[in-house]
Amino acid sequence: MASSEQIGIIDRIAGPVVQASNMLGSKLYDVARIGEEKLVGEIIRLTGDLATVQVYESTEGLMPGEPVYLTNAPLSVELGPGLIRQIFDGIQRPLPVIKEKSGDFIARGIEIPGLDHKKMWDFEPSVKVGDKVTGGDILGEIPETPTVDFKLLVPPNIKGKLEFIAKRGDYTIDDTSATIVTPSGDKIDLKFYHEWPVRHPRPFHARLPSNVPLITGQRIFDTFAPIAKGGTGAIPGGFGTGKTVSQHQLAKWSDAKIVVYVGCGERGNEMTDVLREFPKLVDPYTGGPLMDRTVLIANTSNMPVAAREASVYTGITLAEFFRDMGYDVAMMADSTSRWAEAMREISGRLEEMPGEESFPAYLASRIAQYYERAGRVLTLGSNPRESSITVVGAVSPPGGDFSEPVTQNTLRIVKVFWALSKDLASRRHFPAIDYLLSYTLYWSALEDYYIENVNSEFPKLRAEALALLQKDKELQDIVALVGPDALPPSEKIILETAKMIKEDFLQQNAFHEIDSFCSLEKQYLMLKTILRFYEKASDLYGKGAIVTDIFNHEAVVKIARMKYVDRSEIETSLNELMKEIDGLTPQQFGMEEDK
Amino acid sequence: MMTIKESYEAREFKTVAEVSGPLMFVDLKGKGGVSYGEMVEIQTTTGEKRRGQVLDVSKDLAVIQCFEGTAGLETKDTICRFLGETMQIGVSKEMLGRVFNGRGIPIDGGGDIVPEKILDVNGAPINPSARQYPNEFIETGISTIDTLLTLVRGQKLPLFSGSGLPHNMLAAQIARQAKVLGTEEEFAVIFSAMGITADEARFFRDDFEETGALDKVVLFLNLANDPAIERLLTPRLALTTAEHLAYELGYHVLVILTDITAYAESLREVAAARSEVPSRRGYPGYMYSDFSTIYERAGRIFNKKGSITQLPILTLPNYDITHPVPDLTGYITEGQVFIDVGLNRKGLYPPINPLPSLSRLMKDTIGKGSTRDDHKYVADQLYALYATGRDLRDLVAVVGDESLTDTDKKILEFAVLFEQKFINQDYHEDRSIFESLDIGWELLSVFDDPYRVLKRIPAEYIDKFHPDKRDKKVNFDSVDV
Repeated sequence: MASSEQIGIIDRIAGPVVQASNMLGSKLYDVARIGEEKLVGEIIRLTGDLATVQVYESTEGLMPGEPVYLTNAPLSVELGPGLIRQIFDGIQRPLPVIKEKSGDFIARGIEIPGLDHKKMWDFEPSVKVGDKVTGGDILGEIPETPTVDFKLLVPPNIKGKLEFIAKRGDYTIDDTSATIVTPSGDKIDLKFYHEWPVRHPRPFHARLPSNVPLITGQRIFDTFAPIAKGGTGAIPGGFGTGKTVSQHQLAKWSDAKIVVYVGCGERGNEMTDVLREFPKLVDPYTGGPLMDRTVLIANTSNMPVAAREASVYTGITLAEFFRDMGYDVAMMADSTSRWAEAMREISGRLEEMPGEESFPAYLASRIAQYYERAGRVLTLGSNPRESSITVVGAVSPPGGDFSEPVTQNTLRIVKVFWALSKDLASRRHFPAIDYLLSYTLYWSALEDYYIENVNSEFPKLRAEALALLQKDKELQDIVALVGPDALPPSEKIILETAKMIKEDFLQQNAFHEIDSFCSLEKQYLMLKTILRFYEKASDLYGKGAIVTDIFNHEAVVKIARMKYVDRSEIETSLNELMKEIDGLTPQQFGMEEDK
Repeated sequence: MMTIKESYEAREFKTVAEVSGPLMFVDLKGKGGVSYGEMVEIQTTTGEKRRGQVLDVSKDLAVIQCFEGTAGLETKDTICRFLGETMQIGVSKEMLGRVFNGRGIPIDGGGDIVPEKILDVNGAPINPSARQYPNEFIETGISTIDTLLTLVRGQKLPLFSGSGLPHNMLAAQIARQAKVLGTEEEFAVIFSAMGITADEARFFRDDFEETGALDKVVLFLNLANDPAIERLLTPRLALTTAEHLAYELGYHVLVILTDITAYAESLREVAAARSEVPSRRGYPGYMYSDFSTIYERAGRIFNKKGSITQLPILTLPNYDITHPVPDLTGYITEGQVFIDVGLNRKGLYPPINPLPSLSRLMKDTIGKGSTRDDHKYVADQLYALYATGRDLRDLVAVVGDESLTDTDKKILEFAVLFEQKFINQDYHEDRSIFESLDIGWELLSVFDDPYRVLKRIPAEYIDKFHPDKRDKKVNFDSVDV
């Protein structure tokens, strides 16, 4: 961080908010170091020579009259090699390094850089002296993990002619990587990292349409409510409905090249769970450990509230950096409600006029701005790359009530809504995503992808299954009133098939080795098999077979086991099963007496 | 060079400007010298000394929350002495077996504690990368908890209860019976009472005494007639003591916090007195953050022997799980044990309804080597059948039982047996996990066609564990049968 000089004096302290005087010359959103311990804070309001600062650490023990140091720089992150596999707090301080410095508990006033400045990286240049480069151009590569190559970029706002480029070799990030002579004749030395303010979106060349799905391996998502690469989605749900497990599943199995996972104001043990589990899990796309493509940001609920507010911005800035390298990035924020609540707390301390449920009036615009940083883009640079950031935010509505402001303001922006249902969760239907309430606005853009890459009949099967589930819902209302016996057999077939779709297709066991991830091909075959059975059942009933008998056939047991069939055997196994279903004859079942 | 803090001496003020609700406003006459969060000693005109803490401070004004209430304070001649330190507590192993009030002063007639260490009561957040994921099974001897809602060392598992329900008995029973299989480690209970009645406090004390556990218990008692604001302090004292016992001395500590609802009310009182903008139902917007500084102090740390397990008790107003107190709690804790008024009316003890209950840490804790191989499947199956049974009960209430299939009728029968034999047990009954699982199997054996009905249990487990099929010579009371 830039050298600090004292200019201000603390006037007042109230929780995480500090007021300081004699702050003339400071800029809004600049970082200030507060008190003798130099706690990290950010200026959030300026009135005359008074500044209001939100402090990212506990303010206990601060006293009016203590100094305030100004850094003249906004809250920034270091962007360079060494982000992957790391776990940071909300303002990009690596937690393992904090642990080395302050032990098992997080102490205050610790100043450590986001990146390791001592580690040597093996750099290989891809440009030569004399080349003209512009912001976003790739200067060379560093193999950061076995599966991810770090691309050294010219920072967005710089262009000119290369006067020097580092040769192949080992460097620390503080070494000079290149020297650029700008058109005005200035010489700029680049290091292997640069800083970027978290509240400023990184620029790109152009937005592209979102027409490629982010494959998640989760049947409810991929088949019924897929999200596009570069899309935005929200998972709202009360506690115990499986928000975090869903987010973990997305982080594990999404076909993004990089995953940025922000644990924003949630449980400490959940981050520990990720730290413990991800290194052991295998990435289905590369075969390497999942940790090799993951960046974690953990600002747990008991860590200072202002840093929680910053953590989502830190996360999205890191995501943008990887996007600019040309990678598809998936970012999960768990939970955006805690971020909104942090804004509310700070706003309350500032004595701002409250909006709905005492959230600040600018809640909606902040949420919108944040999600707008997602998208599929053409990057800057002379060889622009297509890349994307997909953002999925968990929302924790109080009492599970979706009408509250954070959920509602989020739904106005995001295009995919995965609604978690307490009712499904209490019946242990997991993932407890309400299949009727959830929606995607990307389907029309993604349909062609499914037709070309999965199967031309996929959209038809999907529509048919959704119609069955809808019909089932209507029938269930009747059953609740008059009991299942009142329904005619043809409708019982619908009930039974919908049950199959719910239990054998939509329910997916996140903790089962095989079922945890389900390829699009397998999803298609599973759905096809169920609907084939439905067709056959209708046909058999038309020929006089008893419905109860049909759904007692052993093919039904086989359908229930489909999800546990290994990827390599799925095609043979399900084609065999479909053949068996096709071969069923009415004679194998009891006959209705009047037929 | 001396810092401002060291050089400042004028630490005593007689200039109380206003006393209102739990707050006192002190005019600092532009001299400042008071730090945020600092402790204050308030001396009344009668010479009585009380404690407070600075909530908001500028050079001119300090806002102080008075832990022992503001009754009897006057604006003239009250002395405020700023102590220059945040709230601290001296902790020691000697505290085991002792009783303290809600401010940490011994009230059992014994002498003062000679502290081994003096610690800030607010603690510091555990670094997530220093946490060890909790996965050691605690056997409570209560079938519903052990089998379906496994308690884990380092977990925070609240009891969601309501008025008139036996949550205190349940908490006392858990404290009495909790153990980790196959280990003889140092175990301690810290009991933090916030606004409960003297009767309730006596109940716990008697129960600990009866079982001879009192010398392993530390009690912090803030009772219903004690100052309400003191309640904001009590759980922090308890947890600071717990951290010392756990991470310095290697104890496995169970912390019982009761009643969180009363704690939340004190929080609301202070917020209202400061005219803060209220969030839901008048509770402050930062209640979630505040709760987390209590609940997140549960856990385990790498290379530290001890652990802190929390059992907070909440009385849900009108048994409403969407009330802000249980709602925000549920977002932080690792599950909940739901005490059900309906089951209680049926005369069942402990009236735990497994359906809305949950233990998030269970999945990585149970199974071979820890409990028993079949645990997960039996738990899933019992849960599923009981859920179906309750649904069928509702259906039967509307349309009668004529349309039920034979299996459905069996499931209804199972649900009744499950409540009577599995959920229901004696207050002094300590069932091993193996007994509990076997009772589960016994109930599951009412179904004639286990392979068809017990869909959640793989066939090989039915073969191995079903009472009609198991190998009688094998000892099933073992973690790795």
